[in-house]
Amino acid sequence: MWLVFQKELREAIRDKRSILFMFLFPLVLFPLLFGGVALFAAKAVQDAESKVLKYSILNHEHHPQIVADFAADKHYRFIAASPHNFKQRIQSGELDFVLLLPDTLMKNPLEVGQSRIKLFLNDASLNKVFNRVREKTKVYSEQMQAQMLASLGVSQDKKDALMRPIYIEKVNLANDREDLGEKIGGFIPYFIFVLLLQGVVYLAADLGAGEKERGTLETLLLAPIPRQDIVLGKFFAIMVAGLTSALVTVVSFVGWGIGIGQGLAISVISEFFSQIGLLDMLLMFLMLIPVVTIFASLTLSLSIFAKSYKEAQTYMGYLMLLAFVPIVLAMLPGVSLQGGWAWVPLTNVALAIKELVKGTMNYSAFVAIFLSTALIGLGALYFCVRWFNKEKVLFR
Amino acid sequence: MIRVQHLAKKFLIPEKSKTKQQGVVDPRQQGKYFHSLQDVSFQCEHGQVLGLLGPNGAGKTTTLRILSTALCCDEGRIFIDNEELTQQPETLRKKIGFLSGTTGLYGRLTGRENIEYFGRLHGMSKASIKQRVDSLAQELDMQTYLDRRCESYSTGMKQKVAIARAVVHEPQVVILDEPTTGLDIMATQTVLNFIQRLKQNSVSVIFSTHHLDEVQTLCDQVCVINQGKVCFLGDLAQFSALSDISLHDAFTQTLAGEH
Repeated sequence: MWLVFQKELREAIRDKRSILFMFLFPLVLFPLLFGGVALFAAKAVQDAESKVLKYSILNHEHHPQIVADFAADKHYRFIAASPHNFKQRIQSGELDFVLLLPDTLMKNPLEVGQSRIKLFLNDASLNKVFNRVREKTKVYSEQMQAQMLASLGVSQDKKDALMRPIYIEKVNLANDREDLGEKIGGFIPYFIFVLLLQGVVYLAADLGAGEKERGTLETLLLAPIPRQDIVLGKFFAIMVAGLTSALVTVVSFVGWGIGIGQGLAISVISEFFSQIGLLDMLLMFLMLIPVVTIFASLTLSLSIFAKSYKEAQTYMGYLMLLAFVPIVLAMLPGVSLQGGWAWVPLTNVALAIKELVKGTMNYSAFVAIFLSTALIGLGALYFCVRWFNKEKVLFR
Repeated sequence: MIRVQHLAKKFLIPEKSKTKQQGVVDPRQQGKYFHSLQDVSFQCEHGQVLGLLGPNGAGKTTTLRILSTALCCDEGRIFIDNEELTQQPETLRKKIGFLSGTTGLYGRLTGRENIEYFGRLHGMSKASIKQRVDSLAQELDMQTYLDRRCESYSTGMKQKVAIARAVVHEPQVVILDEPTTGLDIMATQTVLNFIQRLKQNSVSVIFSTHHLDEVQTLCDQVCVINQGKVCFLGDLAQFSALSDISLHDAFTQTLAGEH
């Protein structure tokens, strides 16, 4: 068995595509995901906040102070517009927004009631127009509020009670890691599983269907060793490829997370990743052993069953789609690493990774995870050995 | 010595191949089975070369695959030095060397690594493998390229390495499926010389071929198979005597059922 294993591994190491899937993808994908998305999102928000907004004000004649305030701000550029065409000009992008000021604005609200400014904009794309205009007009609102309260003889401490008679103060006992882990922990297994599958799929297709197609399998089967030794030798080689991919994935995930968090000065991400210790990484890697076992045995079974390399790749494609089901299950509300869910293969690992990321892992769940995985793995290996003994599968 | 008795093998015809037949139906197709071999028997003694002849699809490769233990027979028995192959295939595989129709080499391994790997699988020690590989490299004229990866080899180079891999464990029976197909004249000669040397070393060699000149040069026994049945079995002299004209004529007459 070890002879077969050594030979398969030697061939895999000499294959550029195997190396690509084992090392390069996990190393490159995470910076692309973390860095790319974070960078684009941050830049988009920054652009929206600093963009010079082209605006117009209708009914501005009676409110020279507001007009002057906007005009003095270099982040706003006034463009004259009429009530007849301003909507078209917003749609065409010529204007970013138009304010329609009511006559009652700046008059005593206790006499004229609430004044409503209408903000016309195209809100279909990412923009910060509403927030920026609200902040700009907030100062008038606060001034008028203070004047009204003063005229009514309401003190500052009574003002809060008047404005919000009941106030709910939220005291979050979850730490930052748990909080962020809950939000992003469900997505991490999604990426990790895909990368792991990439790591094993290519090699598995090559070691089963590929060998069949090249005629090397027929020669190997004539060696005086039991068929199960050949299957196990191939299985362990795929396992090693998968585990290498898993190790690189975990290290890459944490390493790039810290790097990008610090590099882009995103303190939440940086702090979150700095809280993931060596033990967490080790446990996360351990969690991936069952995943690799299942993937290696399933892909090898499919590969041996397939008539050709092409057919094997088709099966692998379906397997990659199916692999998302347990991850989606793990993301459903109310699904946690307890009771029956702890025994659902792959879903339990996805849940466990989420718990590890949050730092709230219940370690007794390991038993269920490893036992359920062992059953699936052994079942798939049994089929591998069976098919290796079937002429109609080997010489299809 | 290898003795083959009343070998029979049938294959289940896949559903999608069961199209309505038009014209001549292969008589081997009966019901849902294709009877690839029926009652095939022959014997090859130590130091003898048996040439397996027949048209394409006659059953030569199936026969050789059964002898190599890649396939199991439905009926019949195979003995290697009085030990029954079907009873203990794993043990007796050590006594068999097989070269399939495809060279079946691992492209990312060197020729030397390919041969060494199969030596190890046959339980040979590293020292004996080294000695054997060096000797085979010389005999098959492979020294210049043996340490290069097989993916860069020409057809002839691949075939020589595949032959070396098939005989690295010094088997008593060597089975070769069309060993000279696609080879140039020099490579063909090297392979034929090598088979000659196997013969001198008391190895039983069974090889399938379409080249009657090779049969003339090497074979002691000739077995012609047509439509899964043996239609001629005898020594070379008997085969040559079938026709005054040529071996080619003898072969076509055999297939036509004139003898």
